[in-house]
Amino acid sequence: MTQEKRLAGKLVLPGDVLDSDVQGERPFVVEEGGVKRATVIGLVREGEGGKKSFVRLKGVYVPKPGDVVIGMISGVGVMNWFVDINSPYTAVLNVQDFLGRPYNPAYDDMSVLLRIGDYIKARVVAFDRTRNPLLTVQGKDLGRITSGVVVEIAPSKIPRVIGRKRSMITMLEEKTGCSFFIAVNGRIHVECPSREMEAVAVIAIKYIEQEAHTAGLTERVMRLIEEEKSIREVS
Amino acid sequence: MVVKKPEGLVLITPEGLRHDGRRPDELRPIKMEVGIFKNADGSAMVEYGKTRVIAAVYGPREPIQKFPLLPDKATLRVRYHMAPFSTEERKNPAPSRREIELSKVIREALEPIVLTEEYPRTVIDIFLEVIQADGGTRTAAVTAASLALADAGVPMRALVGGVAVGKVDGVLVVDIDETEDMYGEADLPVAAAPDIGLVTLLQLNGVMTREEFSRALDMALTAISKIVEMEKRTLRSGYVEAGGSEL
Repeated sequence: MTQEKRLAGKLVLPGDVLDSDVQGERPFVVEEGGVKRATVIGLVREGEGGKKSFVRLKGVYVPKPGDVVIGMISGVGVMNWFVDINSPYTAVLNVQDFLGRPYNPAYDDMSVLLRIGDYIKARVVAFDRTRNPLLTVQGKDLGRITSGVVVEIAPSKIPRVIGRKRSMITMLEEKTGCSFFIAVNGRIHVECPSREMEAVAVIAIKYIEQEAHTAGLTERVMRLIEEEKSIREVS
Repeated sequence: MVVKKPEGLVLITPEGLRHDGRRPDELRPIKMEVGIFKNADGSAMVEYGKTRVIAAVYGPREPIQKFPLLPDKATLRVRYHMAPFSTEERKNPAPSRREIELSKVIREALEPIVLTEEYPRTVIDIFLEVIQADGGTRTAAVTAASLALADAGVPMRALVGGVAVGKVDGVLVVDIDETEDMYGEADLPVAAAPDIGLVTLLQLNGVMTREEFSRALDMALTAISKIVEMEKRTLRSGYVEAGGSEL
């Protein structure tokens, strides 16, 4: 990988004025006094039809209702668990929302359902400025993670792992044969046919995180996977 | 405090140069670096001549003790501290009155810049450690904090920079060092965000006439524009070096 790399868009810094047609959400783009400014380091990328959007390269994950996240159980309450969702706010998962029925302490034992350190896939039900996020695992593909690995990257780099029209993730799935569950809070659940392939998939994800600001990334990741596969003698 | 000038020390030469050979409007050689610590969310090092400050930013995060939390915005916590070895004589590592006050002053210089209202009930910790002190440590600390906040991805309205203007032998000089601070007549530290035209820190130690003050402020703002440009180059270079050429 010696060829020259290019940035995937125009680099902007906090305080830089953006064109009025650049799309971006608060707090990463703010409009004060009729002037749009970036507030974090990011890229202005041009999409189809010349639509310009601001993509941040830094920053923490702030939950939104409806988000699907991968959380780690960090504490146990009387009727709920505390879940680390890689955010400044600790999430809460009520035991009824885990069981899908009322909790009866006479025959339900919380300590065998989930333990500290367990990973869960969950959906954010409610979150606002005054209360911590509330999770549920009622839904398709949600619940405790029992196999595979969870890889953690910066939440701001998640869009690059998915790629435009899912290009990156489709390529990853094809090349490695693994399945990827991407959560918006920067955690990715990877399940692979073999340990070797798992290592290749993790290396590829970490590479995407490191190079998220460069152009032509899918190509390079593809080559990286081929190289790693030949080193590990897997196909 | 008036300190007697040592004999033979010439602060302003007949040619109008300063004791270290700089012109009155000349900054010291400035060096900046970002991302120096892996464990922090954001970090930076700033050198103004012999003054060197390192900054580390953590957050927004949930603090271990909940009492500093505010219901409507993030709490900024700033710790400005001088290392025991940073001065000529050993400095007691316990936070002094001066350090506690400067922590507050620097916090207030950053508060209007950071979008704290976006992260209620969290804290943003900023640790500023003076590794070597040679005058202008608070302004170098503001600059380092601004870089580290940008590196951490904390939303901020603009980048801030700081510089101190002094009056030495009746001449206004920019970016004063320890010697000029000690034997000069006045010291005016300023921090500002030139992109949004905001002055966030303004102190004055000593006496200046109205005319001198307005000239000193202009000099400071010109110097800060240069410093913020340097900050931008530093932040940019991290990506351009890692990612190749810019589009």
